[in-house]
Amino acid sequence: MTEVDKGGTSASATQTATEVGGLADPGPDTVIDVRDLHMRYGTNDVLKGVTFSAERGEVLALLGPNGAGKTTTIEILEGFRMRSGGSVSVLGTDPAHGNESWRARLGIVLQSWRDHGKWRVRELLHHLGSFYTPYSTEAIRRPWNTDELIEAVGLSEHADKRVMRLSGGQRRRLDVAIGIVGKPEVLFLDEPTAGFDPHARREFHDLVHRLADENITVLLTTHDLDEAEKLADRILVLAGGRIIADGSADALSRMVSTKAEVRWSIGTERHVHSTDDATTFVRRLLTEHGSAVQDLEVRRASLEDTYMKLVYGMESGLAGDEDAAQVFFGREEQVTVAAEPHGRDIDEEGAR
Amino acid sequence: MNASGVAIRAGIRRGLAEIRQMLTSGPDLLSVLFFPTITLIVMYFLRDSTLPGTDISVGSAAMPGVLGMQVAFAGLVGVSASLMVEREDGTLLRAKAVPNGMFGYLVGKIIVGAFDGALAMLIVLIPGLFLLDGFRIESLNAWLTLAWVLALGLIATMPIGAMIGSLSDNPRNMGLVMLPLLGLVAISGVFYPITALPGWVQFIAQLFPIYWLGLGMRSALLPDAAAAVEIGGSWRYAEMIGVLGVWIVVGLIFAPILLRRMARRESGSTVAARRDRALQRVQ
Repeated sequence: MTEVDKGGTSASATQTATEVGGLADPGPDTVIDVRDLHMRYGTNDVLKGVTFSAERGEVLALLGPNGAGKTTTIEILEGFRMRSGGSVSVLGTDPAHGNESWRARLGIVLQSWRDHGKWRVRELLHHLGSFYTPYSTEAIRRPWNTDELIEAVGLSEHADKRVMRLSGGQRRRLDVAIGIVGKPEVLFLDEPTAGFDPHARREFHDLVHRLADENITVLLTTHDLDEAEKLADRILVLAGGRIIADGSADALSRMVSTKAEVRWSIGTERHVHSTDDATTFVRRLLTEHGSAVQDLEVRRASLEDTYMKLVYGMESGLAGDEDAAQVFFGREEQVTVAAEPHGRDIDEEGAR
Repeated sequence: MNASGVAIRAGIRRGLAEIRQMLTSGPDLLSVLFFPTITLIVMYFLRDSTLPGTDISVGSAAMPGVLGMQVAFAGLVGVSASLMVEREDGTLLRAKAVPNGMFGYLVGKIIVGAFDGALAMLIVLIPGLFLLDGFRIESLNAWLTLAWVLALGLIATMPIGAMIGSLSDNPRNMGLVMLPLLGLVAISGVFYPITALPGWVQFIAQLFPIYWLGLGMRSALLPDAAAAVEIGGSWRYAEMIGVLGVWIVVGLIFAPILLRRMARRESGSTVAARRDRALQRVQ
């Protein structure tokens, strides 16, 4: 087996090991531990056994089609919604029975609308922050100093504005500021950048990176795959009521396909070739054509390709009431998919 | 300081901040002043006609009833409307996401409600004292009566307002609340003596706080002789305290239950659903 393939296999193997490990007792650094989570609305099973965990300081992105249960999952973890079954632990506490001192360690970024429109930015942050003072500890001073926080989210110029006078992007930054004013240990972000312009999005990403550097565990949902890839250490794909994939963007793309795409041009001719072993192929290509090879590019399947393949491949493979996750979820199958030697025969014709 | 103490203090500051915001916002002030101004103008023009058989002007006789109604509306409508609005716009959810935030929110609401009640009464009372001849408060006793009727009225009506507010999450349902309330005002002897109405209507009116608040205000502001036109020819303090007391007990038992139920159901997706509903209406 080539090196690239080995890489792919070991990534999947590690991932499988983590999942198996997740079924044992959570370690001291496990901040979120969800096992076999079920949620049923009436006769409709939205979650059919969701299992994942997050370590301290990890950034997790939860992806999935509309209606897959991302928001439901997050709301159960926030303690805002009662689950139908399974076990959930956030910071060592069952969210269904979380008390106020547990809540003080949580940050929730809510989508704002018109609330607190008459309050001024500084006044509102100071007010909401004041609720956290009794929960200050030696290690974590709560709440965040109001002016430092305003500075951190880039609202200094608008600190004395009424909330209703803020632009959409500024308001969203205020939402984030409210979410983190209590110096949370876990932060939940439900579609944080919906409606952001590219600049605001970039600033928001920088902010999340800074938070992750401070050892805050972040769980976010998004429809923006590019964002998930940029922000998250680990990506969870929720579909058909289960987590059908769990790993880094890279591991996920290997899970679906081990092929890489090689593009180059010789003279005015452009070439594209898909291969399992890009290294060997490129070496051969260069040996054969030398410096005539221009614009050389090697690309793995993008997260978007992977996601489409995972989610829609799975959905279209479903017959009637067939259990969605069975098709793609079986752990052995995951490994098999990743290790399956797709087109091992290197297409030498492509090199011409 | 413990967490509840901190939340109470934060709630008090919240209440004061909201009062300041109301007093410094043009549209808010306008809505506070609108009804009292109209009332005062009407009373002013009625100053020369007197109640048949007395020398009390119709304006002066109706003033206390209006004061009682103002207090009842501040408790019932003010509290329920703000709960519905702040549930829809996500204020409550934010409070829920903060430790002891709901408690602080409620403390703030009580402060704002009490201020609104007192303001609603004084805003009619004080100009009335200057504008209406024969309408005056002569004794300390009258002020004291006014104060305890106000306090009792707010304690009785604010929990009912909270109960009404917790039952609906749609501010556009406020009309469903206003309609029966206005009906109740019509039969509660606010603008004319209740004894002019049929017995069964009087019975219904006496089940609710508006009549008793009006009666309490009249007992404070009108000469004792005016009690003659009341039911039983007296101010009936015992019955007044009895009926308002029952409402207080009912409110203090059920309001926390309903508020807890309401708070438990708040989540990001419920607020998002309300926003979508409201935006659909706008389009």
